[in-house]
Amino acid sequence: MKTAKTATQNACKLCNPLGACLAFKGIEKCVPFLHGSQGCATYIRRYLISHFKEPVDIASSNFNEDTAVFGGSHNLKLGLRNITKQYKPEIIGIATTCLSETIGDDVEMILREYDSEADPAVSRPVMIHASTPSYQGTHIDGFHAATRATVAQLAEGGTKRNLLTLFPNMVSPADLRYLKEILESFSIPFVLLPDYSETLDGGPWGEYHRIPKGGTPQHAIRKSGTAAASIEFTSVLTGEKSPAGYLEEKFDIPSYRLCLPIGIKQSDAFFNLLEKLSETPLPHRYEDERRRLVDAYVDGHKYVFGKKAIVYGEEDLVIAITAFLREIGISPVLCASGGKSGILKKRLAEMVPDIDDLGIKVREGVDFVDIENEAKNLEPDLLIGNSKGFTLSRKNNIPIVRIGFPIHDRFGGQRLHHLGYRGTQELFDRIVNTVIEYRQNSSPIGYTYM
Amino acid sequence: MESRILPDPSAVKEELIKKYPPKVAKKRGKAIVINDPAEIPQVQANIRTIPGIITQRGCSYAGCKGVVLGPTRDIVNLVHGPIGCSFYAWLTRRNQTRPDGPEGENYMTYCFSTDMQEEHVVFGGEKKLKKAIQEAYDLFHPKAIGIFSTCPVGLIGDDIHAVAKEMREKLGDCNIFGFSCEGYKGVSQSAGHHIANNQVFKHVVGLDDKDKGGTFKINMLGEYNIGGDAFEIERLLAKCGITLVASFSGNSTIGQFENSHTADLNVIMCHRSINYMAEMMETKYGIPWMKVNFIGAEATAKSLRRIARYFEDDSLMARVEEVIAEEMPAVSSVIEEIHPKTKGKLAMLFVGGSRAHHYQELFGELGMETLSAGYEFGHRDDYEGRRVIPNIKVDADSKNIEELKISADPDRYKPRKTEEELEKLKQAGLNIRDYEGMMPDMHKGSLVIDDISHYETEKLIELYKPDIFCAGIKEKYVVQKMGVPLKQLHSYDYGGPYAGFTGAINFYRDIDRMVNSRIWKLIQAPWEETAVELEADYVTQ
Repeated sequence: MKTAKTATQNACKLCNPLGACLAFKGIEKCVPFLHGSQGCATYIRRYLISHFKEPVDIASSNFNEDTAVFGGSHNLKLGLRNITKQYKPEIIGIATTCLSETIGDDVEMILREYDSEADPAVSRPVMIHASTPSYQGTHIDGFHAATRATVAQLAEGGTKRNLLTLFPNMVSPADLRYLKEILESFSIPFVLLPDYSETLDGGPWGEYHRIPKGGTPQHAIRKSGTAAASIEFTSVLTGEKSPAGYLEEKFDIPSYRLCLPIGIKQSDAFFNLLEKLSETPLPHRYEDERRRLVDAYVDGHKYVFGKKAIVYGEEDLVIAITAFLREIGISPVLCASGGKSGILKKRLAEMVPDIDDLGIKVREGVDFVDIENEAKNLEPDLLIGNSKGFTLSRKNNIPIVRIGFPIHDRFGGQRLHHLGYRGTQELFDRIVNTVIEYRQNSSPIGYTYM
Repeated sequence: MESRILPDPSAVKEELIKKYPPKVAKKRGKAIVINDPAEIPQVQANIRTIPGIITQRGCSYAGCKGVVLGPTRDIVNLVHGPIGCSFYAWLTRRNQTRPDGPEGENYMTYCFSTDMQEEHVVFGGEKKLKKAIQEAYDLFHPKAIGIFSTCPVGLIGDDIHAVAKEMREKLGDCNIFGFSCEGYKGVSQSAGHHIANNQVFKHVVGLDDKDKGGTFKINMLGEYNIGGDAFEIERLLAKCGITLVASFSGNSTIGQFENSHTADLNVIMCHRSINYMAEMMETKYGIPWMKVNFIGAEATAKSLRRIARYFEDDSLMARVEEVIAEEMPAVSSVIEEIHPKTKGKLAMLFVGGSRAHHYQELFGELGMETLSAGYEFGHRDDYEGRRVIPNIKVDADSKNIEELKISADPDRYKPRKTEEELEKLKQAGLNIRDYEGMMPDMHKGSLVIDDISHYETEKLIELYKPDIFCAGIKEKYVVQKMGVPLKQLHSYDYGGPYAGFTGAINFYRDIDRMVNSRIWKLIQAPWEETAVELEADYVTQ
């Protein structure tokens, strides 16, 4: 097996600014703005659209050779003025790129200048700036950087109130809708940030929208500084990079860091915390969902136990899925991510204490060629991850269960549930059916009955 | 079919630019013109997009790596830069290819990147690039490796051309060449096309002098085999007895490029992306070029006839007529079936550097009218015709793209036709060295808009309410939110081929399905007044 590759072949990560744009799409009346070449905005738009199948407008400061040499101040200010005039946004979410970061543009300073030069009589959108150079980290880092920058820019302190802030991580619009439903049924006033459940999964327009409806309102984000607590779904993000970490440090708001709630144990942890924070017992419908899920685990166990799976994607997702797979009797043989937090193994071991005894391999900073090389020895029955594993799946005849982002070779990726009892149920059903389908297709008899 | 009263184009133009600040409005005003085929007005094109105007355009890297080099299956494309650029160009265009058997070389499914990190931005990335080349070589032993620079590379001063040379000499049997196609160069993809043309011409064309046989030998330029278009054109050419030496670059190999100077005619599909190659090949090797169009059944027939007439061979002309006679009945019967359902419907096309022109042919065959059209990355000559080239102002953005100095090859320059012969062919109606552009083929009063913005797109739909809008994936969902079907002319909505005769039939059927679908009746478009009335009634109750 090859080791210590220099080039990345078939990457298992996307770039930093893409994640920032996605997070900014989850803020109400916000236009994402990339400070760099127009190609970045174009590529990232086309990529996000291929998954969400919704309009994704991202502005750009359209660098040219002169800008690249002399700095992007003029282009950034001009771009901000033009976007303000056409789209009337309440917020502009500015993310940098490898180009503007390489030349060292000081965006904070340019924005201060922009403010001082602007006509005080004309109201200006709030500018949020996230530093997201593409030569650092992956798309998930951009997602968190933008979310943290949003809170840092907007959150205001004050007397604590009955309010919960939830930072859900990069999950699907369907997951976001489910989370809102849960929080509503616990009757907790909440702020969910970001929330692209409507902006990136909406209906036809009965009237013109320059910016699609939906997203977390600005006034709500402002209140996050007075919340009683914040919850963030992450295992690898540390406080100094996370939005809840910011609120804790700045406003002394207790933060609860939970693994993405996938599987019964992790979902229980989330629901238990909500019970505690809201002082409300678990609503019946979730109790029922949980009971049905347990029932399904029992019924489906004979199909999946002992199967081997490779899990890949963002580290947080990989950790949560791995914990869930252990719960249903599937052996995760490789947990792989293009991300490189340095603590993936450590966090996994907290969820799966017998990780070494089980022989679970953990690899950070890999691409799909690394994963394929591992697959040759590990002989997995299943791949669990995004669409980019398809080549590997097809070449080696290993079925794939598509989760996360990007899903651009199947319809409805934005409507998949992953979280809570309901999301776990959907995932479990899909995994069981993938195993059955594979067995059915490979069977010489060719039918199955259960 | 009910006749519609369309708004006055000058009023539409006013409306489109009303919201812009005065300077921006002035600039955009020059890119929005009302057509008159008798006296073609000047269009502002290939001018840098204003920051904050959301554009369809991509970057130089996209045009170079994505468009021109992307479809060649046996060159390893190695992207030097942070990961995003390589990822976003990974199988995102629907170029198809046919490797020689299951073991045949095909690197198109790979995404190679040096995955530049902060330390490389600070200390330089050449070392990593060399290692990456070595790895690709050890892994595949490819015939060629192309290196593509992304934005930071130009700024930190990595010399990819020196690295390419060093590694080419070191490895010995692998042609390695670089493309300085940093995203901030030029105005759009178009700059990247030019850079790709230059480097392929410099490093590849002419390396293999072997005559591979054939009587009527041509190269097909600017056809990228989206959805299998090139396969259909290849089928027709083979049926007519015309030998395709090389295709730039749909379904192509590096071996074809190396041998392409042995052809006797270059035919151009997409003038914008590849005219440089045709001109350089004529200057160096004496191969004339001519514009053709295989989009539309009539246009296909016309193009085949023109190729036959170029070779001035009676048997070829007879064979072409036979092929057309064989192919046309199937086309006509489908037109007959669909035309009554599509006649009088209105189309808009904003795409590419040739597609917005070519696809008007297909709509015309369905009896549909093109109200408005424009390119994403075209130049003035693509709109107004090559006659305007001497008058095009060369601005800083264009000056930054190298113009190769080409002269006749001392041994291999062989004019295929004399100037007199070419002049005679021109008189007979062949587009020798010429492209008349899109505007002569559009109606008087139609609106021509270069580099249409997202904002203008929405306004235009609101004002004209077309039956179909053609663009790409970035525009698709916003247009469909307003109840208007959008046909993707980059990816073909995963359909196609649309070229040639079979392709025309596919297109007619797809358009019929789109414009006559009942689904649109479920959507209340923003201009459908009943919705507003209902809301008003509700309020007053």
